[in-house]
Amino acid sequence: MEIFGGLLQGFALALQPVNLFWCFVGVFLGTIVGIMPGLGPPATIAMLLPLTFLMSPASAMIMLAGIYYGAKYGGSTTSILLNVPGESASVVTCLDGYQMARKGRAGAALGIAAIASFIAGTVGVLGLMLVAPPLARFALAFSSPEYFGLMALGLAMVVLLAGRSMVKALLAMLLGLWLAGIGTDLFSSESRFTFGSLELLSGIDFVVVAIGVFAIGEVLANMEEATPAEPLPIPKGLRNLLPTLQDLKDCRFAFAQGSVLGFVIGVLPGAGSTIASFISYGVEKAFSRRREQFGTGVVEGVAAPEGANNSETGGALVPLLTLGIPGSGTTAILLAALVLWGFKPGPLFIADNPSLFWSLVASMYIGNVMLLVLNLPLVPIFAQVLRAPAYVLFPIILGVSIVGVYTTSSSMFDVACLAAFGLLGYLMRKLDYPSAPLILGLVLGGAMERALRQSLMMSDGSLTILVARPISAVMLSFALLILLIPVFSKANAWRQKLLS
Amino acid sequence: MRLRSPDFWSGLALAALGGYTVYTARGWEYLGQDGPGPGFFPLWYGIAMLALSLLLVVKSGGEAVSWKGAGRAFATWGAFAVSVVLLKLAGFVVGFAALTFFMVAVMYRRPLAVAALVAIGTTGAFYLIFPLALGVQLP
Repeated sequence: MEIFGGLLQGFALALQPVNLFWCFVGVFLGTIVGIMPGLGPPATIAMLLPLTFLMSPASAMIMLAGIYYGAKYGGSTTSILLNVPGESASVVTCLDGYQMARKGRAGAALGIAAIASFIAGTVGVLGLMLVAPPLARFALAFSSPEYFGLMALGLAMVVLLAGRSMVKALLAMLLGLWLAGIGTDLFSSESRFTFGSLELLSGIDFVVVAIGVFAIGEVLANMEEATPAEPLPIPKGLRNLLPTLQDLKDCRFAFAQGSVLGFVIGVLPGAGSTIASFISYGVEKAFSRRREQFGTGVVEGVAAPEGANNSETGGALVPLLTLGIPGSGTTAILLAALVLWGFKPGPLFIADNPSLFWSLVASMYIGNVMLLVLNLPLVPIFAQVLRAPAYVLFPIILGVSIVGVYTTSSSMFDVACLAAFGLLGYLMRKLDYPSAPLILGLVLGGAMERALRQSLMMSDGSLTILVARPISAVMLSFALLILLIPVFSKANAWRQKLLS
Repeated sequence: MRLRSPDFWSGLALAALGGYTVYTARGWEYLGQDGPGPGFFPLWYGIAMLALSLLLVVKSGGEAVSWKGAGRAFATWGAFAVSVVLLKLAGFVVGFAALTFFMVAVMYRRPLAVAALVAIGTTGAFYLIFPLALGVQLP
């Protein structure tokens, strides 16, 4: 009843014209920011922060949160159309989204991404509203061994991202771990694998590797054909562009698991939407009846990661608002904003500021509807990008990649690295090494090493700490089970062979 | 093991990287008073990389890779690398326009007028969208 009353109060505030206006501004800006590679929500929110002092805290929070979850909607667009991840959490969407576009199903992919985002975003808000306090306590139980377990679970997903060769997938993941190790060691200040380069001391940005391997690698692979490839096929009419009923039916499990997993992972500070999207994709593939078709343009391969990365937003607000702990760059800036406005995020935040909390929750429902209404009609317009001839489209992809990398760091060294990783991406394609495990290793490598070293510090060097704590033990057991999937599959194949 | 197999050569390259990682990591502290040192994690993934890449080398065989058309891809990459240098020396407008012109005129053999039009059009669009409309700085 308390929740219902709070929500009604929130809607009364969020539906005021001024708040509706700022909500729209937030989600619109967020969509644009998501589409532009490299231009992330943290930078946009930081840039707009001074403006918010002219607004009421509720309007300001509604707008900034709109940018945050709106960017998750927009991030899928360039992944699907150009194989350029708009933001880090959209890397996995490239795997099946771009393949769907190549098959003439760009509209369906964009549509399913919007629908998955809407469903998962709404589930994330429901979670924020209903289970914020108990989940925040669960997040507090997470220490280094549990984080190590989570990262190990994430890395085990490599089994599900492997193509034809498991050895090559593992090698690609190890290369990702090696790239993650480049830079200054945070514990000892030792510089590792920097080859004397000052620029490498701060490590290699994930965006540079992801855009290089996926986008530049794809352009180079396409450039092998001397005759310009025909523009990718686009069905005519809005009806044919949007997902079919069968698509929606196929995505039922993806919508559900992506929403729940994304929210739970979002609650854990530091886990982030990239990990959520990888794990959700892996789970979807593991339980799919058409597992072997993943990576060739399967609609669930878009719905699961897109759902997870949107639901994560609601989850990430839980530790921010109830504990005052920011789990990501964006939530750190939101925390700074709340403190600047004179609030104290923490256990008493909701009780002390019910109108701010509930208006934010209500605005997120409204914002998710706005995003769906904004994005679905734009699908045919976005899909027209694919009509461009190859000799126009490919330079545009290269240009977007350069701008995306440069805006992240304003570093020409990173742009040069982009070229190097583009070549790596092309060679990986030629030599049949899957790209996704490389990104997985790179994303998880740093956090995993940190968690392992902190765990071993806690236990004076004893590895038993990793299995002595229940949550980490459960996660490591799941990781082991996932790693054994190929063994089970092989044993099953032998059994079938023997029987026949 | 097949010398002409791409797995053989890529496995060797990765084995070299794994060996280098193990060799370098041995120079860093493995376990210190405060727990694992900077050499702990790299040593283990270096060993894993070395072992798996040698396995790939030993098992190498399978289909040969077709390098037909790879010359065009490498030429495009070369042009991209040169344009990165141009971006630094002359800025985005010159570097990106030159790259686009090269791709349209040389790689796709379109008429020079078309190449110039595409180069000017795309560069202009980038300039209008990023620095002017969004306030994003270009290289």
